[in-house]
Amino acid sequence: MRQTYRRELLSGWGRAAPSVATVARPRHGSEIAGLISPGAAVPGARIARGLGRSYGDAAQCAGGLVLDCTHLDSVIELDEGSGTLRCEAGASFDALLKLLVPRGYFLPVTPGTRFVTVGGAIASDVHGKNHHVDGSLGAHVDELVLVAPTGSITCGPGRESDVFAGTCGGMGLTGVISEATMRLIPIESSRMLVDTERAEDLDSCMALLSEERERFRYSVAWLDALASGRRLGRAVVTRGDHARVADLPSREQRDPLAYGPRAPIAVPMAPPVSLLNHPSISAFNEMWFRKSPRRRTGHLEQIPGFFHPLDGLGGWNLLYGPRGFTQYQFVVPFGAESVVKTVLERLSKARVASFLAVLKCFGPQGSGYLSFPSEGWTLALDIPLGSRDLVALLDSLDLIVAEAGGRIYLSKDSRLRPELLKVMYPRLSEWAALRDRLDPAGLLSSDLSRRLGLCGSDKAAA
Amino acid sequence: MIDATGMPQSAVVIGGGSDIARETLRLLASRRLKSVLLAGRDQHRLEGVAAELAALGVTTTATTYLDVTRIGDLEKFADDAAALLGRIDLVLVAAGDLGTAELGELDAPRSAAMLEANFVGPAAATVALARVLRIQGAGRIVILSSVAGVRVRRANFVYGSAKAGLDGFGLGLADALEGSGVEVMVVRPGFVRTRMTAGLDPAPLAVDAPEVAEAIVRGLETGATVVWVPAALRAVFAVMRLLPRSLWRRIPG
Ligand SMILES: Cc1cc2nc3c(=O)[nH]c(=O)nc-3n(C[C@H](O)[C@H](O)[C@H](O)COP(=O)(O)OP(=O)(O)OC[C@H]3O[C@@H](n4cnc5c(N)ncnc54)[C@H](O)[C@@H]3O)c2cc1C
Repeated sequence: MRQTYRRELLSGWGRAAPSVATVARPRHGSEIAGLISPGAAVPGARIARGLGRSYGDAAQCAGGLVLDCTHLDSVIELDEGSGTLRCEAGASFDALLKLLVPRGYFLPVTPGTRFVTVGGAIASDVHGKNHHVDGSLGAHVDELVLVAPTGSITCGPGRESDVFAGTCGGMGLTGVISEATMRLIPIESSRMLVDTERAEDLDSCMALLSEERERFRYSVAWLDALASGRRLGRAVVTRGDHARVADLPSREQRDPLAYGPRAPIAVPMAPPVSLLNHPSISAFNEMWFRKSPRRRTGHLEQIPGFFHPLDGLGGWNLLYGPRGFTQYQFVVPFGAESVVKTVLERLSKARVASFLAVLKCFGPQGSGYLSFPSEGWTLALDIPLGSRDLVALLDSLDLIVAEAGGRIYLSKDSRLRPELLKVMYPRLSEWAALRDRLDPAGLLSSDLSRRLGLCGSDKAAA
Repeated sequence: MIDATGMPQSAVVIGGGSDIARETLRLLASRRLKSVLLAGRDQHRLEGVAAELAALGVTTTATTYLDVTRIGDLEKFADDAAALLGRIDLVLVAAGDLGTAELGELDAPRSAAMLEANFVGPAAATVALARVLRIQGAGRIVILSSVAGVRVRRANFVYGSAKAGLDGFGLGLADALEGSGVEVMVVRPGFVRTRMTAGLDPAPLAVDAPEVAEAIVRGLETGATVVWVPAALRAVFAVMRLLPRSLWRRIPG
């Protein structure tokens, strides 16, 4: 059967800078090679795409071919004895959790949304609230199959380890991941045992996050990014772990692994203007801070509420209006706490209407050449686009971050100055050498890679 | 690529020697602009702008002779521009020529030449470049219109009517390109003190080229489709459009 491909306008989760590409939706892993090899039917650049949850332009390829991998979603093997899962790269975390949780397993790392694919998550080397103890996703992948333009490669930490290190966090630019094998976390129940505490300012928030770090597997702080002055960095800190059966009330102990995430309520239509502006966000943040308990320990929560609170409202990204938004996420080493403070101060002074911001501690860096997490503090803020002078403001923040030895998360980025990339990612040249070996003709590229001049063949930037 | 804040890395400028183009490019150079092709008739001026941009860190600065009224050259020009830049993020159409509106001086060839320089040529060049941008699947086109085209005045009715045509063309093109990844912005400055208007008495609310440039860059940031410079002209023209002809006719300059 001859495939017909459509041209579609694609954007990332932030809905800014969309571009049109031809979209192919392979139904079988064996189709990938034919789509990305030098002799493929559709000429031009190509890149893989998962569920499009990266905020910027990483899964776009203007004028080229985008391989939407979401139909490659089979579970190949679940080994309940050893707790390993082998699946195709288009499988979503949402579907996998529905399979795994009732069987007493959990994904080793989960980002703030479960609507991501395994391939997209590996390509971003995603982190979760457990990074300080468990590292990023790549640390839990035993093996993956990469279909590069030069051929298929099975790689892992002990096999073709450089290909593996270039692919975890490689933003899809080393090839298309067709399947992966991950080690799972065993759980006794589908509930989380959570401590919640309010922190009145940034120092106390950071103290809560860093003290006895190892005691909590999961920890995160939600900051009111609009608070200023004495209240700068006021936050609600939540820390927890999977509850054991004994932690549950007796009536729930009969079915401790019950898991039924509610289907998201959808935003009914895209409003013509942003509904998330300074007054509305400010009011929300205030209410949310006040309604949080001052201090509460050992509270039971469900997985969706604890890990994926935003998934309850489908399409919430539409609320930012037609111009969209970006997420500014950076990490700086421990000792550079002042950078976190400066960034919050500058944004709050410029009255940038940021919704809740997320602050976390990262543990040591993993093996991925372009992997984002490295030991220190990471702050993430959603920022509406379209306001004046945002370019200059964010550019100035980049410099502070880079000077402190920090970096910006490429999966969230949609505007970084290309020159800063090699400062922020010191292993960039190693990665580029590997990439050129896997893709000598420079067939793989994305709007992100062109914008940042990531690949040698990306002409525009540099 | 254009980033999420609307900033281009590469640009083709038609009328690249104009004061407004120059100021706009200087601003863009301080953001993300890295390569530019300046097209126009005054090679000397083009080279001056190119040198200035190179000094501001723009790594590829090329200039080329282009007369937009030579319609036969335009498709090839668009292809050459794409080949040179690799990818065109921004097309800035800033070519124009005030000409005359003195009935004594106007004849058929002169009026046709003015319409061609201000409407037919720029519109045709835009179509050629829009073709490239559509294939690319992304890009931004900025067309310099004028309030002179919002309601045409006797003082510059040939120029004004050409701008009226170009303005409508730009808005129509914007709609036609919906969903293609290519966006169009129409800029309507009032009286701009530039070389083109030197010797004329400035109208009220006159601005300088840097103000127009700033408004253009802000329009790129905010994703505007229509930009008035200064912004107050939007309200002014809401009223002007309603003036009876007997009054409108008497508006000087
Ligand atoms: C609400 C929300 C919360 C988030 N929270 C977090 C968080 O806590 N931690 C975190 O790390 N991230 C977080 N993210 C970001 C998200 O986890 C990553 O962007 C992830 O990559 C998205 O996966 P996706 O399947 O949607 O991939 P896409 O966005 O479609 O693609 C992302 C990248 O992966 C590549 N890719 C996709 N599929 C493949 C494949 N099969 N083979 C090779 N490359 C591929 C693409 O080319 C692209 O470069 C969050 C995003 C949202 C919207």
